[in-house]
Amino acid sequence: MSTTPKPTASGIDAPAVDTGVVAGLLRGFIRDEVHKVGFDSVVVGLSGGVDSSLVTVLAREALGPEHVTAVFMPYRTSDAQSAADARAVSELAGLALEVVDISAQVDAYFEHVPDADRTRRGNKMSRERMSVLYDISMARRALVLGTSNKTELLLGYGTLFGDMASALNPIGDLYKTQVYAMARAFELPQSVLTKAPSADLWVGQSDEEELGITYALVDLILFHLFDERRTREDVVALGFDADVVDDVARRVRTSQYKRRPPVIAKLSERTIDRDFRYPRDWGR
Amino acid sequence: MTGTAAASDPAGVAARHPGRGTVVALAQIAPRLGDVPTNLARHLAIINEAAAHGAGMVVFPELSLTGYFLKDLVPDVALREDSEEVSALAAASTRVDVVVGAVLETDDVRFHNAVMLFRDGALRHVHHKVYLPTYGIFDEQRYLAAGDRFQTCELTGGAPRRAPWRAGILICEDMWHPSAAALLARQGVDVLLCPSASPGRGVSRGQALGTALSYDAIIRTYAQLFTTFVVYCNRVGYEDGIGFWGGSRVVAPDGSVLGEPAGADEALVYHRIERGTLRRARIAYPLLRDERHDVNDAETDRIWHRRARG
Repeated sequence: MSTTPKPTASGIDAPAVDTGVVAGLLRGFIRDEVHKVGFDSVVVGLSGGVDSSLVTVLAREALGPEHVTAVFMPYRTSDAQSAADARAVSELAGLALEVVDISAQVDAYFEHVPDADRTRRGNKMSRERMSVLYDISMARRALVLGTSNKTELLLGYGTLFGDMASALNPIGDLYKTQVYAMARAFELPQSVLTKAPSADLWVGQSDEEELGITYALVDLILFHLFDERRTREDVVALGFDADVVDDVARRVRTSQYKRRPPVIAKLSERTIDRDFRYPRDWGR
Repeated sequence: MTGTAAASDPAGVAARHPGRGTVVALAQIAPRLGDVPTNLARHLAIINEAAAHGAGMVVFPELSLTGYFLKDLVPDVALREDSEEVSALAAASTRVDVVVGAVLETDDVRFHNAVMLFRDGALRHVHHKVYLPTYGIFDEQRYLAAGDRFQTCELTGGAPRRAPWRAGILICEDMWHPSAAALLARQGVDVLLCPSASPGRGVSRGQALGTALSYDAIIRTYAQLFTTFVVYCNRVGYEDGIGFWGGSRVVAPDGSVLGEPAGADEALVYHRIERGTLRRARIAYPLLRDERHDVNDAETDRIWHRRARG
């Protein structure tokens, strides 16, 4: 698969972002959605990557440092740079970084399934982290903040009930390249801004290698297909490789189930999420 | 304003020149979704505060008594014109005209996105939103019945002996259909009242919110083309993660914004509207005088009949 746009694809509209307007909206969103449900505090899994780093500093600005718990959850093979970056971001935000090593609980499980491949191991790590965050959520009355960006969510590039699980997600409507723009505006540490994006679930993992496409390119294609509602032919005419466009569209289609609650068999007159339609903020 | 909202009267419009024109109070609030008792109490407190501050009218946003993304809550929060909540608002309108948004249920069980105008202690006018957006994040036609008329009404600014202002109400999406504003202008309006619940969205163009830019253009254009005051009161706060952008303002008949638009937080802001401004704008731009209703009617007729003929 080609990972670079044809020459004619340069200079077309990219999803930009007014960082000041967005920061204001997201601070208000975090404050409002947390306070409205009777909470004061949040907990965020801080990996040292750009997504969780941005969410951490947004939450700190929205709620104050005393109301944000940042948890770094390494596995024994995690990259040392991740720890250094998570620490740098927590210092920038004026937060004490809490560390919960998930190696023992992950290894204990895979002792019984030694032949599990790295995808299964990666998913397990992601879900162990989720279970740690939700335990802290209960212990401290703190809502779990999501850190999945729009690119990941649209491509289905995340672990269901793992890193995709949260109570509220401030950055789920920002493409990865927009997250970077926000992170630059917040002057996050240089390493966070420049290192290759990675879920760090195994040694040397790289998002862009695994996806087979750069974020810069896939964000453009997603933006024009879905935000701008261009047809496949129109997007190809912008100068993108037809096979790449088709592959991106297919990924979005086939991962739709990950963006919806589990499907419920229709029986009654009013079925949850079909014709039982109340706002999430019902009674708040 | 009660609670955390800031009251703002930077120009001292309420205190200066008492008796000249009418002071309009914009109650840019964040209603609690589905909680009519709490919202009503808040309305009554704000009405009292605005009246004490010298306001002649206080304008609340669209669905200010109920919140916006109600979905299946619509029947649960609906009021009737004879509900005690409506009577309470009427009773609060003896010193100040009051414009409030609510869901109103009719005898034949239709639920309208409505704005009520109270004056001199009574409910004087109701506008049912005609254009119910059902696209993008909007789903109003699933839950609500559409209105079918644009009628004008009178505002006295809490001073019933003075010549009234003639007003027309356009609720949010009604604003996006220029024929609606034109129908009101043809009946003669001095003030277009535009209660709104406009969700902020559209950041990918890399400039201020797309919806805010659109409304800015629409409000100024209507003020100028219909040489009328436009009183725009948008809500703030978040519902299901969707933020409302505020920006409430009064625009003069020459297209200029009085003072500054409100920000994105709760606010109670005051602006004075004066007849002299309206008069000067209509002398400079006699657009309403020159409007060719005969041509408009004849052409509408021709287009209609041509279409009817196929």
